[in-house]
Amino acid sequence: MATAANEDRVHYDSVESIPLEAINVANPYLFQNDTVGEYFTRLRREDPVHYCAASRFGPYWSVTKFNDIMAVDTNHKVFSSEAKLGGISVQDMHSVEGALELEMFIAMDQPKHDQQRKAVSPVVAPSNLLLLEPIIRERAGAILDSLPVGEEIDWVKLVSVELTTMTLATIFDFPWDERAKLTRWSDVTTASPETGIVESFEQRREELIQCAMYFKGLWEERIDKPGGNDLISMMAHSPATRDMPFLEFLGNLLLLIVGGNDTTRNSISGGVLALNQNPGEYQKLRDNPALVSSMIPEIIRWQTPLTHMRRTALEDAEIGGKQIRKGDKVVMWYLSGNRDETVIDRADQFIIDRENPRHHLSFGFGIHRCMGNRLAELQLRIIWEEILKRFRFVEVVGEPERLLSNLVRGITRLPVKLHAH
Amino acid sequence: MINVTFVSADGTRRSVEIDEGLSAREAALFNSVPGIDGDCGGVCACATCHVHVDQAWMDRVGPPEEGGMESDLIQFAEGTTETSRLACQIPMVPELDGLVLHLPELQH
Ligand code: HEM
Ligand code: FES
Repeated sequence: MATAANEDRVHYDSVESIPLEAINVANPYLFQNDTVGEYFTRLRREDPVHYCAASRFGPYWSVTKFNDIMAVDTNHKVFSSEAKLGGISVQDMHSVEGALELEMFIAMDQPKHDQQRKAVSPVVAPSNLLLLEPIIRERAGAILDSLPVGEEIDWVKLVSVELTTMTLATIFDFPWDERAKLTRWSDVTTASPETGIVESFEQRREELIQCAMYFKGLWEERIDKPGGNDLISMMAHSPATRDMPFLEFLGNLLLLIVGGNDTTRNSISGGVLALNQNPGEYQKLRDNPALVSSMIPEIIRWQTPLTHMRRTALEDAEIGGKQIRKGDKVVMWYLSGNRDETVIDRADQFIIDRENPRHHLSFGFGIHRCMGNRLAELQLRIIWEEILKRFRFVEVVGEPERLLSNLVRGITRLPVKLHAH
Repeated sequence: MINVTFVSADGTRRSVEIDEGLSAREAALFNSVPGIDGDCGGVCACATCHVHVDQAWMDRVGPPEEGGMESDLIQFAEGTTETSRLACQIPMVPELDGLVLHLPELQH
């Protein structure tokens, strides 16, 4: 492992001087120092479907152009998401002795994927979500009102994390004082010992069992209570989910929590950063706050909170003229496709009033397209409407720090100063 | 030109004209009819162009092809019925002149 990490740090003077075959865009350091974009630009130009023969993640294909990514994402009969084949990220999902195996439909193929998604999907349908809007709005307002104006604060810690935890607690109607548990369980679900979040797989298992027991309690409280717009009540009452085996219920529940945690958090931080880097766009927004609705999908494109999804080829196939073999690992780099100038007009610019702002890859496409995409947009819209009511300028006053990860495009620290109207 | 009438969830009817060869999705979007999002650009990849075909037109439009991408996707749209289709997969051909489509309240 040490040699792998050293390999990642090999230094070249410029991206252009690297031999094509030595390019490994899965190197997490390229995301932490935010230079991976230059690599993607080169691959889109010179070798849009690129083979990396050796990396610490094994050999893999990088698909970097919008339309090729779309072709892979919509070809679920050939390109599998199955956990047992490696799952959905360039880092294989592997069974570890002692780890609790959570079954989530994001890493399943048809027909099981379809059955599970169909059962859970109505709980995040837009018509249900509108019922939650007033509570999310009120709570977002309270968090924003508690912030000190004119002092340097960390936007990630005080705002993005707080707002995301709050919206998660609201959609699950989770006991308010214990809401930090949700964030913890979300982190634990995706953690392995290397991340430092848990010390061992045993600890992870322990914590997830506590999580299971806690949710079982909420489920039992709510199953006989009529009504309830929260996701737990809805799953407890719906004929499609009511009789789900408990571990399956837990897997689906955690998928809803994990799916909406880092992604929303980093969209909130990424939006502030993008507006600061593009003061003209920030001014447009102040002049016309109604632009929030087209700005939200643009922020999600710009940030691309999940840099990629991975598939495994179930048979030989062709992508962009390259021959893919059965069993090959295929990585769809959404972050690259979202900058593909042949499909997106001025793709390298952040523009909050685009004509078709939802034409981006951040939610994926096809049968695995993000089930929570309307929920994500709703939360971000409410949050931005409330920010604009209170602050004339959320000013970034220091360098952002970024997450060491090739999957979650994360901002870990963002010093800002708030200016009231 | 083919004529299409979109009926919104609140009952509002809007009749529009669209070139032959385009789809029912474009008929709505190019004429600013609200109710169809069509996020994927009309390539059958998102299911945010869900419509209910009017009963009277169902035999001419037909159901989605069994086992095809449209059937795979449409099952995840909200409030689907036997008359559900994805508008981007309904090509505007002369036999469909006068088509009536009902729009859902929101797209998921
Ligand atoms: C900006 C925020 C978000 C982003 C960028 C995002 C991104 C994604 C992506 C890229 C996928 C996989 C798509 C594919 O494989 O083609 C996905 C799937 C999923 N997301 Fe999200 N997501 C976000 C928010 C949420 C929220 C709030 C929820 C909570 C309900 C959620 C729940 C899910 C679920 C359940 C899936 C699995 C869908 C399936 O496999 O059928 N996501 N998301
Ligand atoms: S527009 Fe995306 S499926 Fe029709």
